Amino acid sequence: MSDVKEYLRDYILQEFLPGESRENLTDDLPLRTSGILNSIKLLQLIGHLEEKYGIAFDAHEAGNVANFDTIEGMASLVSSKKG
Amino acid sequence: MPDFTTLSDYLEASATRSPDRPAVVDPSGETLSYRTFDERANRVANWLVSVGVQPGDRVGICLPKGINSLSCVFGILKAGGVYVPVDYTAPSERNRYIFSNCQVKAAFVDHRCTKVFEQPGDNGHMPGTIMVFGESKQWISADILAQQPTTRPKVPRRGPDDLAYILYTSGSTGLPKGVMLSQENGTSYVDWCTEVFSPTADDRFTSHAPFHFDLSILDIYVPIKHGATLYIISEELGKNAAALGPFIEQNRITCWYSVPSILSLMTQFGKLELCDCSSLRIVNFAGEVFPVKYLRRLRELWPHPRFFNLYGPTETNVCTYFEVPKHVPPEREEPYPIGKVCSHCKDLVIGDDGRPVPHGEEGLLYIAGKPVLQGYWADPERTNKAFLTFNGERYYNTGDVVRPDENGDYVFLGRKDRMVKRHGYRIELGEIEAALYKHPGVAEAAAIAFSPGGDAVTIQAVLAPKPGAKLGIIAMKQHSAATLPAYMIPDTFVFLDQLPQTSTGKIDYQALLRQARGG
Repeated sequence: MSDVKEYLRDYILQEFLPGESRENLTDDLPLRTSGILNSIKLLQLIGHLEEKYGIAFDAHEAGNVANFDTIEGMASLVSSKKG
Repeated sequence: MPDFTTLSDYLEASATRSPDRPAVVDPSGETLSYRTFDERANRVANWLVSVGVQPGDRVGICLPKGINSLSCVFGILKAGGVYVPVDYTAPSERNRYIFSNCQVKAAFVDHRCTKVFEQPGDNGHMPGTIMVFGESKQWISADILAQQPTTRPKVPRRGPDDLAYILYTSGSTGLPKGVMLSQENGTSYVDWCTEVFSPTADDRFTSHAPFHFDLSILDIYVPIKHGATLYIISEELGKNAAALGPFIEQNRITCWYSVPSILSLMTQFGKLELCDCSSLRIVNFAGEVFPVKYLRRLRELWPHPRFFNLYGPTETNVCTYFEVPKHVPPEREEPYPIGKVCSHCKDLVIGDDGRPVPHGEEGLLYIAGKPVLQGYWADPERTNKAFLTFNGERYYNTGDVVRPDENGDYVFLGRKDRMVKRHGYRIELGEIEAALYKHPGVAEAAAIAFSPGGDAVTIQAVLAPKPGAKLGIIAMKQHSAATLPAYMIPDTFVFLDQLPQTSTGKIDYQALLRQARGG
């Protein structure tokens, strides 16, 4: 779970927030509802996670804001899928 | 000869003709027949009349999309009012400005958005009456509305020049501006849609765009006029590219209309090859350029329906259109034209000298005719600037530079001002800058837009901090989200000690664009 979190943090910083300090991207920072990630970026992120971890999110999971609003939420969903 | 047919007459005529047919399907799945839907709209209208709303009064709608908000649209029109829809997820400050600017007499507001009315607008305005809606289908004021009669209130009939709705769009000065649209602005467009798309009562239309967006005019009124069924897509579902293919399949949708950006996403992430979307007969898109690589792929995935590129600003709604061929050649890279002028409009291309250019040359596209706006709310100066009188007719300056191609179809070449289109919304970069300047640590701010690799438009904010201030991307995104609607939040932020200047001391946007493009 913590590996996934760190991976997510690296990926989000590199792809969407280049130049931002790592400590500002906390586990519980709202990303979608606060306007940091828009829906296009979110789809890019979801596609990347599916490929990286060999998992699949269904449309309902992807559309549920709670699952993808924070690093915490994403990491726990990914971890549960990895089994 | 009967009176002029108004937008709300469409609903009444369909309810009389086919009372038991399905009119509207809510995102929750609830379906209302034409009779029931008409009765709901009448209850809203009667309530508005009972609280003193008179013909011509503005009434605000700050609600999620659904049967409730659509009942309010028709209820306001039936009461003779002018509806003013806003994005209920936009910052309260922005919506408060809009409602106080056009001085709404009453408003329908979601229980999560009552902050909009916590204080009066800067001009001291507060609506007289506010009705709050609760969770999903529940009317908080259900008992109040339930007591209202289900027959249409007796109010003076509306004429072609009476206002029907005001749509606010981004303004270059930092404040949104209200585009005033009349009954006939709407009905002339609906008539044109009838001519081109031949809708029938068996059609199933989607409503993908929000109601504050001009795409909604086709979505709402074309199906209702023809007794067809309207499937309202919620804000959440509308963004979920993976769920929209299955939605089309399940509901056997026949007519789709949206911005190209969601169709691009559906093409890339929607697993459309797994969905049976063969019910589609019309796919309309508008609001921005459709990148050809995604359009080509979508054409392959959906070979059967007719595809139309519709073009037009909120001020005229759709005024030119182009039918995309069935086969998009693999070597084609340039976007398709915006096409020829619609039959209910007239066009002119005006050169730098303010006169029509010789045929075939580029210039600014001007549009006249029944769909052209009356003006901007409470802004005669801006209204005057927007028009040119030519041969006794009033032409609206779209601000878009065009040139006809060898087939006489207009090709969109760009803008001369600082307005851009993104996700179908038009954005004045100046409005973004005004919001960035509100941050206490910002000394200089510039917003620029470019399309990396021919893809969708990216907006970059370039900021210089005040001495001692430290600006971060996350903090600036959060700041932007507090003052701007989501589609205006810059994608990227760049921090410089000082912004480049031209020889006259102005911000050098060309230098910033060169830097952003890596040139």
